[in-house]
Amino acid sequence: MNKTDKTVIETADGWRVEDLEEIKEYRDLFYFLVWRNIKALYAQTIMGFSWAILEPLIQIVIFTIIFGNVAKVATNGMPYFLFVSVAVIPWTYMSSAMSESSMSLVGSRAMLGKVYFPRIIYPLTPILSKLVDFGISLLIIVVVLIYYNVPLTINVLLLPVFMIFMITIPIGVGLWLSSLAIRFRDVKFAMQFFIRMLMYTAPVVYAASSIPDQYRFFYSLNPLVGVIEGFRSCLLGQEIHWEYILPGAIVSFLIMITGAIYFKHMERIVVDVI
Amino acid sequence: MSTKEYAIRVDNLTKLYRIGMKDKVNETFAGTLLNFLKSPLNNFREYKSLYSFDDVSLDDCDDQNQESGVLCALRNVSFSVEQGEAIGIIGGNGAGKSTLLKILSRITHPTSGRIEIMGRISSLLEVGTGFHPDLTGKDNIYLNGTILGMRKAEVDRKFDEIVAFSGVEKFLNTPVKRYSSGMTVRLAFAVAAHLEPEILIIDEVLAVGDTAFQKKCIGKMQDVAKGGRTVLFVSHNMAAVSKLCNSALLMKDGRLIKSGNVDDVIAHYVTSITDKTSDVLSERQDREGSGEIKIQSVDYLNEQGKKIESPLSGSVLVIRMRYRTYSENEFRNCRVSATIMKDHRPFILLDSSVVGKDKIVLSGTGYINFIIPELPLSKGEYHISTFIESDKEILDWVDAAAELSVIDGDFYGSGKCYPSRAWAGKTVLVKHDVNIVQDN
Repeated sequence: MNKTDKTVIETADGWRVEDLEEIKEYRDLFYFLVWRNIKALYAQTIMGFSWAILEPLIQIVIFTIIFGNVAKVATNGMPYFLFVSVAVIPWTYMSSAMSESSMSLVGSRAMLGKVYFPRIIYPLTPILSKLVDFGISLLIIVVVLIYYNVPLTINVLLLPVFMIFMITIPIGVGLWLSSLAIRFRDVKFAMQFFIRMLMYTAPVVYAASSIPDQYRFFYSLNPLVGVIEGFRSCLLGQEIHWEYILPGAIVSFLIMITGAIYFKHMERIVVDVI
Repeated sequence: MSTKEYAIRVDNLTKLYRIGMKDKVNETFAGTLLNFLKSPLNNFREYKSLYSFDDVSLDDCDDQNQESGVLCALRNVSFSVEQGEAIGIIGGNGAGKSTLLKILSRITHPTSGRIEIMGRISSLLEVGTGFHPDLTGKDNIYLNGTILGMRKAEVDRKFDEIVAFSGVEKFLNTPVKRYSSGMTVRLAFAVAAHLEPEILIIDEVLAVGDTAFQKKCIGKMQDVAKGGRTVLFVSHNMAAVSKLCNSALLMKDGRLIKSGNVDDVIAHYVTSITDKTSDVLSERQDREGSGEIKIQSVDYLNEQGKKIESPLSGSVLVIRMRYRTYSENEFRNCRVSATIMKDHRPFILLDSSVVGKDKIVLSGTGYINFIIPELPLSKGEYHISTFIESDKEILDWVDAAAELSVIDGDFYGSGKCYPSRAWAGKTVLVKHDVNIVQDN
């Protein structure tokens, strides 16, 4: 028996940081929770994982009809279908991971009260499980790029960097909102508006270049702008506008760090308040 | 064993809870309107205060202070458990047992105090935590196993054993939602039974299911305790506690009031519970459930519907539970039961669902009658526990809510009753006759 295995339980006051060692201890559980989410999501559906393609595809078609054909949004001469496809895919991931992560604690009430494991696993689970959908939906991008005969450039090597950037956004938002939601269920209602608002402030259906220059800095504080711009530049071989990307990256990083601290602070009361 | 070899040491543990604060009631429309407008601010303050206890001292909540809305679930509890010891935690509803378990399992944090735990700890407050109905039996074994603290490699190793124990081999690739409830519980318990922590914390909810299953549970827990592991066991079932544990802790109103040899502690508890019943039932705090309905009183009536102090053996007994709802809601699909207990062990269960009344709706105030046509109990002292649930959620559950003292009556219609001398086996009365046939 390993007698050095000593746990101390004390009143946890003040602010602490996540114990990474502890999370590592629970990695098998983390893995199975992610896997449960993936497996259970499409259980008893006819289409199964095809939904991961259909959902963004339908969105792309609708946007192409409304913003491409009816409103005729300027795309710097690019076919609208191509233009919007490379943005909708990361957007779908971010919005679904964000909303699921935000409701993760409230939705796991029963489990929270019955068993302990590092609570941060709850909001992080959907971040990872949604990546499977994202991976599948990348197929749309591949097909669209081939269809429009877009040549790959050296920029595509930067895509993994933007994917990591993409993941930090729902992590930060999820940590903040899931811990706020345990006290204030208002989050559930505000979430809908919040996500819709994010979509229109980000250049999903229009080009970031249509924003007047003097507002560019404020505009690019929104981390979504950087992710979408980054995806477009990498995949369509355009010049990378770092001025759209860096401010948002810093903001997203800060949201993630403060979110982790706030989450840890709220963690100790979650069961009593939820 | 030296005192150094402790497995758990609890030091001055205190846990406070905020309970619902009273709403201010306004008499005027304007006041109500103003309150409505101010409510976001008030809500914010209230939710914020939920976890801040800077303004409260322990003395404040001495008699369940309703004014401050603070409930003291544990106060300055200290004890230690030696390694390899099996210890039972007993006490009435609301005594703080579950809170103690939750803190030991790290589900909730203490308000003050300190706990040291030596060794790997696993707690079983429920079987089947995290079971997903859409996943197969096999998937759920892995999921549940890791949730309970096992490593994947550990589940791999014990997988065949778990499957054999559960007896659901044929359905391993079937989603759990297609299982019967019995199969689900068996599978869940099979996973739990194969945990091998150094310290195991078990809540009484484990002892559900049919008798054979309960025996299996208790048997498995005994094995665990004998295997040199430290076991903490919370239960209402004194028989199980005395069988499984060698020592016990008795809790009452958040305090640890007695500890030591298991039989002594149980004896102390059984006597103390008897004094409890003199309190006014509707005001008793040692109850469990949401509190949206509370049993106000328990009365006994005779055949004519007249209130009586003590019923006679063999006579009609109506146990009348008066209830009151504390919310506007109507409670549907209620199940109500009254358990007659002897020496704090369940003896007779009167239950609405077994007699086929399963669509009970409760609202406002009223009473529930349990009718026993011929009381089959002999002279003696009994207790009645009351229980109400709606849609499987416990609304009110009071252990030993009332005393019942039965007087000898003419159960056999012979004008005779058992002599007061110690004849064994005369607690339950059964109509019978005796025939004597002489061989010629």
